[in-house]
Amino acid sequence: MVKIGLIGAGKMGISHLAILGAHPGVEVVGVCDTSKMVNDFLSKYGNFNCFTDYQKMISQVKPDAVFVAVPTKFHYSIIKELLEKNIHVFAEKPFCLTVAQGEELVKMAAERKLVNQIGYHNKFVGTFREVKKIVAGGALGNIYHFVGEAYGPVVTNKKQDTWRSDPSEGGGCLLDYASHIIDLINDILSPVISSKGSLLKSVYSSNVEDAVYSLLELTSGVSGVLSVNWSDDTYRKMSTSITVIGTKGKIISDANELKVFFKDSDYPAGYSKGWNVKYITDLTEEVDFYLRGEEYSAQVDYFVKAVEGKVRNTINTFESAWYTDRAISIIKNSTK
Amino acid sequence: MERILFGDNQFFAVNHISDEKSRAQSIKFKDDQAIITTLDEAIGAGINTFMCTTHDRIANICDIIRANPDKYRDFKIYPCMPYAHKYANAVTELGIAGTLKQYVPGNFLGSLFKGGIAYLSKDYLSIMELLIDSEMKMFKGINTPVIFLQNVITDLLLGLKANEIFVAFHQYIRKKYDAEAGFITMNMPMLLDVLQQGGIENPVICSSINKAGFRMSGGKEIYEKTLQTKKIRAIAMQVLGGGAIPPKEAIEYVCNLPNIESILFGASSKGNIENTVSNIHHFDKTRL
Repeated sequence: MVKIGLIGAGKMGISHLAILGAHPGVEVVGVCDTSKMVNDFLSKYGNFNCFTDYQKMISQVKPDAVFVAVPTKFHYSIIKELLEKNIHVFAEKPFCLTVAQGEELVKMAAERKLVNQIGYHNKFVGTFREVKKIVAGGALGNIYHFVGEAYGPVVTNKKQDTWRSDPSEGGGCLLDYASHIIDLINDILSPVISSKGSLLKSVYSSNVEDAVYSLLELTSGVSGVLSVNWSDDTYRKMSTSITVIGTKGKIISDANELKVFFKDSDYPAGYSKGWNVKYITDLTEEVDFYLRGEEYSAQVDYFVKAVEGKVRNTINTFESAWYTDRAISIIKNSTK
Repeated sequence: MERILFGDNQFFAVNHISDEKSRAQSIKFKDDQAIITTLDEAIGAGINTFMCTTHDRIANICDIIRANPDKYRDFKIYPCMPYAHKYANAVTELGIAGTLKQYVPGNFLGSLFKGGIAYLSKDYLSIMELLIDSEMKMFKGINTPVIFLQNVITDLLLGLKANEIFVAFHQYIRKKYDAEAGFITMNMPMLLDVLQQGGIENPVICSSINKAGFRMSGGKEIYEKTLQTKKIRAIAMQVLGGGAIPPKEAIEYVCNLPNIESILFGASSKGNIENTVSNIHHFDKTRL
């Protein structure tokens, strides 16, 4: 049994907690949250050992690994403390608020050989995994353009402020929402190296942007467009998609449906010339416990297996998330 | 429960395999009248139960049903609560406490959030009851013999092992609404064990059951074994496996499983409704 603790039982934390609670290889040894109401609920009904002070939790329950799901501004200091105590870390996205902080943690985790993972769950979505495979196989020829998009109804009118509306705490559409698709672009194509110009637009929020539009250039030389808006209520929930165009074909994929066009007979096995459509139902591996999407269980299971030494810790490492932090800072700087 | 239940995903742009189809549905069902027309087509095909989320627009549909008592005399609704995205989006924006403040009616929560005040654990169940009542308001005067807990909440509680909440939900639905509690889940075998341990005998559980094994957590075999060996009033949903299985093959598989009391499906066109209904009738008759 892997002994796991959780710091932060908000929306993502509680979702991780339920998945961990149902995982046969995991013993949840402690939960820490600042809300008395949440703690009381979890200790009374879930029988969890709850704390309001994470340091106390760690010293008392001695976890092998900890899930960190607190507002981003606390990531750096908490993760650093955990690594210093040789605890494996799964943290929510985005990774850190500055590139310098992230760099330090990447180094620390590597030196101490600790399992490190960030919750960019799209990497565990079957369609996006398939996009990565097709792109890596070279079947699209010379890739010359991409479009990364994410739309959804998070802030759809003027409302009270929370940490998500404070840029110094990790709020805003760029950090919270756009980071998902930037991370996919980094992973599927190559890391963002510069921006030719970006627009951060406020639609309803007073202190942060609600939409991000940017022209990006990647390390590989490929360029493309980023278009993200979390104030778009024509979407029922977050919709993330990526389009990749090359000299031999084109892919359009979201989390449900992958459409790919191959121009000539040089297509991968299982495909044909012209348009091909594959659905998530064909590309998803069954999980043992389902909550909100297979990818959430799959990423937790992957982390647990990495801690047990059963898989290599290569997906969603601190390092890969650091590239996303860097892209975020590049986009911010390009608006100045 | 009737053999065939009509679902509402198509009305609210819920499509598990295509965002494009989902937008097309959004356009098609923009007006409430379009929903009513399709419901009437389902009734015409012999389906008298509508299983739906507590989406805001369902309130309008309920108004129309109440306004035509003769036409909808035999019509039943199985409400499924809560409409999860409403709360999920609110939690992203306002946090858990902020969401409760927004959605729990009255001043009940005021004292809870001022801090420092000790409150009894039974208050959580009172919050649950208040939320149920607020979600049920729109169905006043409509026959709702089964009331469901949506899968996101069911499965969240299941993972947290907050099993007492299921029992409390079951009891409250019976006491206040004189109805049967139902549970939607993506983890049917695991949930059934927990409900039985909680003393809920022969529970109504709605889950994905399809030939492709799609969204059948732990695998199709465990589901089949559970249906064969345990006491459950199962409702099969996602019988087409998100479109992965040809319709006839899909229906044949589900019709031949034991303990499936009802089959839930949704469709946008009269043709698709009639085809599915006739497939179910056909395979029920030729059942092995």
